[in-house]
Amino acid sequence: MEGTERVFERMVREHQDRVYALGLALTGNRQDAEEVAQDTFLRAYRALVTYPPARIRDLKQRAWLHSIALNVVRNRTRGAKLRVVELNGSEPDHASGPEDDVLLRAELDALASKVAALPPRFRDAVVLRHVQELSYAEAAAVLGTPVGTVKSNVHRGLQMLKGENHDGARD
Amino acid sequence: MTALAIDLKRLGEEKAPAGFADRLLTHVGMADSYALFQTVLGPVYVAWNRSGVSAAARMSSALEFEAWFRKDVGRPLTPGSAPSDLAAGIEDELRGSRRLRFDLRGLTPFEQAVLRKTREIPRGEVRPYGWVAREIGHPAAVRAVGTALANNPIPYFIPCHRVVRTDGHIGNYGGGGPEAKRAILTMEGVQVNRLAELAHAGVRYHGVRTTKVYCFPTCHHVRRANERNIVPFRDENAALAAGYRPCKHCRPAAA
Repeated sequence: MEGTERVFERMVREHQDRVYALGLALTGNRQDAEEVAQDTFLRAYRALVTYPPARIRDLKQRAWLHSIALNVVRNRTRGAKLRVVELNGSEPDHASGPEDDVLLRAELDALASKVAALPPRFRDAVVLRHVQELSYAEAAAVLGTPVGTVKSNVHRGLQMLKGENHDGARD
Repeated sequence: MTALAIDLKRLGEEKAPAGFADRLLTHVGMADSYALFQTVLGPVYVAWNRSGVSAAARMSSALEFEAWFRKDVGRPLTPGSAPSDLAAGIEDELRGSRRLRFDLRGLTPFEQAVLRKTREIPRGEVRPYGWVAREIGHPAAVRAVGTALANNPIPYFIPCHRVVRTDGHIGNYGGGGPEAKRAILTMEGVQVNRLAELAHAGVRYHGVRTTKVYCFPTCHHVRRANERNIVPFRDENAALAAGYRPCKHCRPAAA
């Protein structure tokens, strides 16, 4: 038990930022992101204490936590109301100003809510590949879909994000 | 890379809020919470987790308490709001009724035995270090008992102040030095100066003439007795020779 607790504490400290960022991109706001991150680690903890030491040692923590987080988000939206995306009308203007490589927090939040509003299969693919920077193979493993499907979903999702017809593309 | 790809990458670099890991570890019981409580002893910092109260100290600042806890107990610690029953439990405990649960994980079995035994000493009474050692089955480990009590992470609540030296010195105290020990014992109704006088006079036990039972001088059985019926004894053998048996409550000698 003591060993498992150490593993868990290290896992939390090492992956907390990654899992939080994942939650932020998937849910589109910081409060939900924190809840998702917390639920993800709590589920991980409950699973870890039942695992034999060999399984814990061989665990690919990053991929494992990503698939748990995706499940957490899926269960949330399934169980709760569909989130209404607020459109405040202020589109981030990346081309303006000398500091266009510095995104303000508000702009990141706006981007996160746009990403979160994508249909789930495009959202998940885009987030794993471009936000979390998993390889296509890793993303495919986490999502349980063929690499080709991931590629086309990423492509489609990016188009929607850039696209003028964001709303029209919704299935 | 497109501008969009760069922005998405930035989104992935967002950091979890400050204190996230500690709050999470607290939630699963791997870290402790703490708060400052106003008690009969004045302000006391108390730490707790799901298993119970884990530490207590009178310190001048929260930072000092956090630093001490992390070093001494070795778990993460975050400020928290106390469960509704904790403040009342703390007050009752310090007033003499035992209500709190304690978390003694991380201490050795010997240290745990010392602290559990110490908890049995009633308010208003004291016992020698050797008594604790004998009661937990390690009669020779008197010094080790002293060390375990000095490292008591939950002073005031686990009443290490009720363990004193047989020679009349009050002994050291991890909860704030000999003066604090004297003050707390006095508050609990122990006549500290009288204890010292008895020790200097070589009196370790008090017998009661009418019952032929001998006790530690602070035992409530002998304190109840009429002053005229009290017989002083230097040691066990003197009491036995006079036909007295050890009290079953304070157990001044092995049964």
